[in-house]
Formats: sequence, structure tokens, C-alpha cells
Amino acid sequence: MRDKTVIPIGPFHPLQEEPEFFELIVEGEKVVDVDVHIGYNHRGIEKIAESKTFDQMVFLVERICGICSTSHPIANCNAVEDIAGIEIPERAKYIRSIVGELERLHSHLLWLGLAGHFIGYNTLWMWAWKYREPILDLFEAITGNRNHYAMMKPGGVRRDIKEEDIASLLKGLNEAEKKIGMLTRAALDDPVLAARLKGIGILSKEDAIAYGAVGPTARASGVSIDVRRDDPYAAYGLVEWQVITQETGDVLAKTVVRLLECFESIKIIRQCLKKLHAVKGEIATKVREIPPGEGIGHHEAPRGETFHYVRSDGSNTPVRLKVRAPTYVNLPTCKVTVPGENVADATLILASIDPCYCCTERVTTINKKTGRRELRGEDLLRLCRKKTEKIKKKLGKLNG
Amino acid sequence: MANDVIKKLKGKIEKKILHWEEKSPKRYYITIPKEDLLEVVEFIFVQQKARFIIESGIDTPRGIEILYHFSFDRLNKMVTLKVLVSKEKCEIESISKLIPGANWIEREIAELLGVTFLNHPDPRRLLLSEDWPRKEYPLRQKVKENK
Repeated sequence: MRDKTVIPIGPFHPLQEEPEFFELIVEGEKVVDVDVHIGYNHRGIEKIAESKTFDQMVFLVERICGICSTSHPIANCNAVEDIAGIEIPERAKYIRSIVGELERLHSHLLWLGLAGHFIGYNTLWMWAWKYREPILDLFEAITGNRNHYAMMKPGGVRRDIKEEDIASLLKGLNEAEKKIGMLTRAALDDPVLAARLKGIGILSKEDAIAYGAVGPTARASGVSIDVRRDDPYAAYGLVEWQVITQETGDVLAKTVVRLLECFESIKIIRQCLKKLHAVKGEIATKVREIPPGEGIGHHEAPRGETFHYVRSDGSNTPVRLKVRAPTYVNLPTCKVTVPGENVADATLILASIDPCYCCTERVTTINKKTGRRELRGEDLLRLCRKKTEKIKKKLGKLNG
Repeated sequence: MANDVIKKLKGKIEKKILHWEEKSPKRYYITIPKEDLLEVVEFIFVQQKARFIIESGIDTPRGIEILYHFSFDRLNKMVTLKVLVSKEKCEIESISKLIPGANWIEREIAELLGVTFLNHPDPRRLLLSEDWPRKEYPLRQKVKENK
């Protein structure tokens, strides 16, 4: 039998720039097993939520992630509204969908750029990120922020979209559509991309179901699930659009799903903006108190279903908040997609689910006596050395 | 059509139900005894092909409540199974062998709430570091968040 070697990627990922640690166990060039270690950045958001009011909780969950920073608030508001049985005004529904879909656009472009960067195709990276910028400008025009939009609250939204802004927003959207169209055609025609992405990291339909995969990861494997269609909330039941699926389950299929979804998002935003001309009125229902009970809210984030469970005891703070980010169920699929592939492809396959680690982990260790953060620079260095020693020992064991 | 699955489920587990709550036509909360967990999960996930969303736990005065969220996506129905385990004998059968997707979350609940999952294929820690005290469970109510 040939020797096995462990290739460590992390604990700080050199490309994804987030704290996670992959142990690739390889035989020659081939990966035979993979193990994922997370928890380097667990922030205890579920615990912190228990001491926040329902209004404050929305701001807290917005900070779970910087990229899908409106997905958690939408899911959270859906959950709180589910407890109290609140119906939000129609105008608020359109605004929620507009912000949610703009987020999908910028997130998918961000991923496409990163995927290009991962395979050393930096032209794609720079194009994708260049065309992502105008989307962020649209965000600024609508919400006042390029990120962390603070638009959602239980009962509706916080800011209205002005009548006179709609024309310029539509214009910006048309521009974005042209550019994304060009980028899509170029990317899908590119022989280099096809050579690197086709047929690698295949996730079968059965495995996608067994692992409970969601979002583009599941849809690329032929599992047609999309919360926006299956459990319509916000304005998704009021506009025309389609769920994109592919059958092959490889990295190329995931790319195709994400790129084509961009156009569906644009379709949704355009319809919603036009409806805002006709649908006037309040943008939020007054929420007085949240009755005791439990509620489930979910939102189709760019990476898949974001799930929030909230339990209330009738006071102004929740008893429990459970957050399940899409990466939490998508990442474990690497157990079946990575083994059998080359080391060079492994990084891309691991990135193909569009992982988001800050969503997946939510604790920072605090020293109870002093109230200080327990990990300082020197501690991190010490831990880092300890880990390297451990890996070295393991390597010795495997090779010996 | 949409109600068929719920009727079937009710028929199948009729005798096992401790509490049945239909919060809305889209949300069902069903409390069952912990001995019947595997059988009911097998029926919902394997036979009825529901999607496993996630599992979670809550520290309540009566014990630790474990929730299993399932979704019948195309029918727009969510079924939550609830099982109560006592704090004295805080253990329950793992469902990870039936559903590989439950592997991580059971490791997380084990370290954050102190529930032992019997026959779990990989009972290592997931999020907490190796030097976190063994018997301290951060999501228990008596642990207060340090402001």
C-alpha cells in the first residue's frame, strides 16, 4: 500500500480568508478522505440573542454574515411574524424581495469571481467583481448602505423606496443585466473554464438529499427545492420567475445554476420595482407584543435556505433562537464530493458550495473571571504551534 | 393531496403522539416519546421523503427539548418532532446513521447542551476547543451571557 499524506489547508484559509481547517488525506495526487474542522470563530450569537429584544435581534442576526447580511434578518422576521401571525403590508413585501434579490446578484458575482481566482483565472475574478460594484451602488441608493442594510424589522421594512428613484434604479438594473449577460456568455463558452469545472466534484441527487443540501448546491444536482417557490413569503408569490436546476451535480452545473439565477433575480426586481408605482401605503405593520409560542422562518439566501426557529414566552426577549445557515448542511457534502479527486481540484470543489464560515459558526471564548477575550496574539501563536505539532505527529503515524 | 401526508403520518404514529399541535396549515409540532424517535424519523425521512432541515435543542425547566425539523417542500408543510430528555439521564438515540446530514448538528448539541447521542458515528467536538471544560454547556440556561 502506498503512503498516505495529510495536506492541511488552514486553519486560516489562504484564499477564502476565513478561519476553517481542511485535512486532505492524499495518496499521491489523489485525495482519499477529507476532514473539516470548524469552530475557530464561534461567536455565540444564539446565546446572545436570548438577552436581546425582538427588535434588537434583527440587528444581531444581520451581523452573522457580511455577504448574506439581509438573508438572516428576512428569515428572522419571518419566524417572529410566524409566532404572532403578522401579515406585512404589500408594499413592504416588494421591498423585501428587491433587497433579497439584489443580495443574490452581488453574492453570486462575488462567488464567480472567487471561483475564477481559485483556479488561477484572475481575468474572470476581476470582471465579476467589477460588475458587482454597480450592484452595491444600487444597494446604497435603496438602503443607504453598501452592506448591512438594516432594512428589515418584524412587521415590515424600515425604509421606503422613493417614487422618483425607481427610474434610475431600473436603469442601473438594465446596465447590470447587460454586463452580467456578457459575462455569462463569456464564462460558459470558455474552454478553459469547462476543462477545469466539468465533471469534477460530482454530488449525486441521493447524496444531496441524504446530507440535506440546499440552494444552488442541491439544485445543481437535480433537487428542485427553493423556499421562495415552495413556501412563498415577501413578494415571491406575486411575481413571475423560475427555479433553475441542473442535473449533473458537478462544479460546472453549480456555476450554471448561479449564473442563470442572476437573470431570474433581475426579473423579480424589475417586476417588484414596477409594482411599487401602483402599490402605495404603509411599509410596516405595528407590532405591539410577541405572544408566547414558537415560529419558523426561512429565506432562500444566495447559498440556500437560511432557517430560523424562534421561541417566545410572551416577554420582550426570545427564549431561544436557532439559526441554521446553508453552509452548515452544504459543507459536509465534501465527504462525498472530494474523495477520488485531484488535490488541485479539491480547493475548488470545497469552494463550489460557496461556503460561508461566519454563518456556520456563531461563539468567541470569554474568560468568565476577567470578562476578557481569552485568545490574544500570543495564545493564537501557541495554539498554532500546538496544532502544527499535532499534524506532524499524525503525519509520522500515517507514514510509519 | 397536501393533507394526505399529514393524515398518513397521524395514522402511522397515532398511538405514539404525546401532543399534536397544528400551529397553522403549514406548521405542525408533534411531541413523541424518545423511545419511538428512530421509527418515526425513519417513516418521515426514508418512507415519506421529507427533507431534513436541522435538529436543535432547548434547555427548559422540564428537561432538554430536542427538536427535529422536517420539510415537505412541494406541499409547503413543515413538521417538527419534539422529544423531551431529562437532565439526569441526558441521552438520546442518534439519527445520524439514518440521516448523514445530522452528523454535525448532533455533535454541536452534544457540546453546547450536554446531550449524549447514543451510537453516533463520530462523537468528537465540533465547535468548542479541546480545552473547554468538559461539563460546562454554554447553551444551558444557568450559563449567563457575559456582558
